[in-house]
Amino acid sequence: MHFVMMHAPLTAIEAETAARSRAAAIAVELSAAAVTFGQGERAVAALQATELRIPDGEFVALVGPSGCGKSTILKLAAGLVRPSAGVVVVGGREVAAKALRIGMAFQNPTMLPWLTIEQNVMLPLKIVEPYRSQFRRQRKASFRDKAHALLAQVGLTGFATRYPWQLSGGMLQRANLCRALIHEPRLLLLDEPFGALDQFTREELWSILQDLWLVHRPTVLLVTHDLREAGFLANRICVMSARPGRIIDDSAVAFARPRTIAMTFEPDFVALNQRLRDLITDARRAAPAPSEA
Amino acid sequence: MPRPEIRQKLASAGLIVLFFVGWEVFCVVSGMSDLILPRPSQVFVTLVQRLPVLWPHIVQTLVTTMIGFILGVALGILLGALIGVSKTAYDTVYPLLIGFSSIPKVAVVPIFVLWFGSGTVPAVLTALAICFFPIVVNIATGLATTEPELEDVLKALGASKFDILWNVGLPRTMPFFFASLKVAITYAFVGTVLAETVASNRGIGNVMMSASSNFNVPLLFAGLFILAALGVALYVAFSLIEARVTGWATRRNDLAAAA
Repeated sequence: MHFVMMHAPLTAIEAETAARSRAAAIAVELSAAAVTFGQGERAVAALQATELRIPDGEFVALVGPSGCGKSTILKLAAGLVRPSAGVVVVGGREVAAKALRIGMAFQNPTMLPWLTIEQNVMLPLKIVEPYRSQFRRQRKASFRDKAHALLAQVGLTGFATRYPWQLSGGMLQRANLCRALIHEPRLLLLDEPFGALDQFTREELWSILQDLWLVHRPTVLLVTHDLREAGFLANRICVMSARPGRIIDDSAVAFARPRTIAMTFEPDFVALNQRLRDLITDARRAAPAPSEA
Repeated sequence: MPRPEIRQKLASAGLIVLFFVGWEVFCVVSGMSDLILPRPSQVFVTLVQRLPVLWPHIVQTLVTTMIGFILGVALGILLGALIGVSKTAYDTVYPLLIGFSSIPKVAVVPIFVLWFGSGTVPAVLTALAICFFPIVVNIATGLATTEPELEDVLKALGASKFDILWNVGLPRTMPFFFASLKVAITYAFVGTVLAETVASNRGIGNVMMSASSNFNVPLLFAGLFILAALGVALYVAFSLIEARVTGWATRRNDLAAAA
């Protein structure tokens, strides 16, 4: 009987349960993960033993003093850095890149100057399966449609065939977001993506990123210096101590979505901001030697 | 008033004409013997009269240069890619390369002649030896200067070293590569003529050598003019290819307006 049940087609209820359990799955898990760069006397501890679990579909912001190891956590999740101690599990496996489709964006948009914006955006499709093996065949036109649809979502309609140097910094950063999302990643890693932009462009891009997240629902890990940005975008904010970093505060952000820029000036939001600020100020003061060089 | 670029071209052409006119006038006024410095008009006359005889030598020099150049480019790309991709290979190979490149290539010609006899082969080898180094350096530099952030983005996607090389490294290298081709073709030319001068019975280098020993000074200068013309022609050819392939690296306003 039990055997038969397992092979029966999934009922609607079972399918929903399966979807819910997938939603509750852990996308990124750091267990006592520590990172030390260099060896012997010149070894520098970048990250203390850190515990972090990010459920699938969550939007987590990492804030903290500069040089505290925020980016190191991001690189651990991307599989670019191996932990010196502890375990990093992404998408249920230890080797990051193969288990889960990952999209990444940095402060520097790094568009390739010899490609048009749409070609730049489509770059991940040339690399990630299953798109990669379809790229040279009939699917190329549909890939272009996909790129155009994403570019439209970030307000770059009509710029697809321009070259990167014809676009402003804010426009390049929009294209950078598109490149990070084109292959429908389950995990989106953002390292200060809006750090080099002016305040107005930045706020506009927050809203765009929120919209993209609401549509695609990837798990997001966002490293930022901007506390308003963290509060506006994230479901959850982790505060880190000074180098060698560890997570000293981990709190949920409950504001309803879609959030608005006006919301960031309301008392509740300002209070959250103030609390984060105090935590980081204390963390900076507690640092043994403020050598930020 | 003509547009700036046209004015610029007129100025360049004017300077060239002025150079030859000045030379002609200087020879006539100073009464210089044509055994020392022939008048340019004399040289042109010699050039036109002797062209049927000179033609096989021009072809010889051109073909030798191209063979040496193509081999040099192939070797340069191979070594440059090897060095640019791997830090270890870079550190290991570079000192030897520097040592090799600092040898004056004139000194190598007698060795090539000893090994392969006089003729085309030592000329090809000299052209190769003299022209491959700038290509190695430029390819290696282009490959080594990939932005680390972009590399991280691609690695996180699961890109292999080859993926990154193919999609980012090599296209990025193209402007460096074509810049080095322009230098290399000129060098290859120098190498060929050098070897022909020392040990060959064909080619412009050889023609100039025998003209020199016969005190046929106008012919000697005619050879020089041919070399200059060939050098300029090759340079222009590669500049045109470069503009085609790597136009993105020279972001001009007319491109922006056209897009």
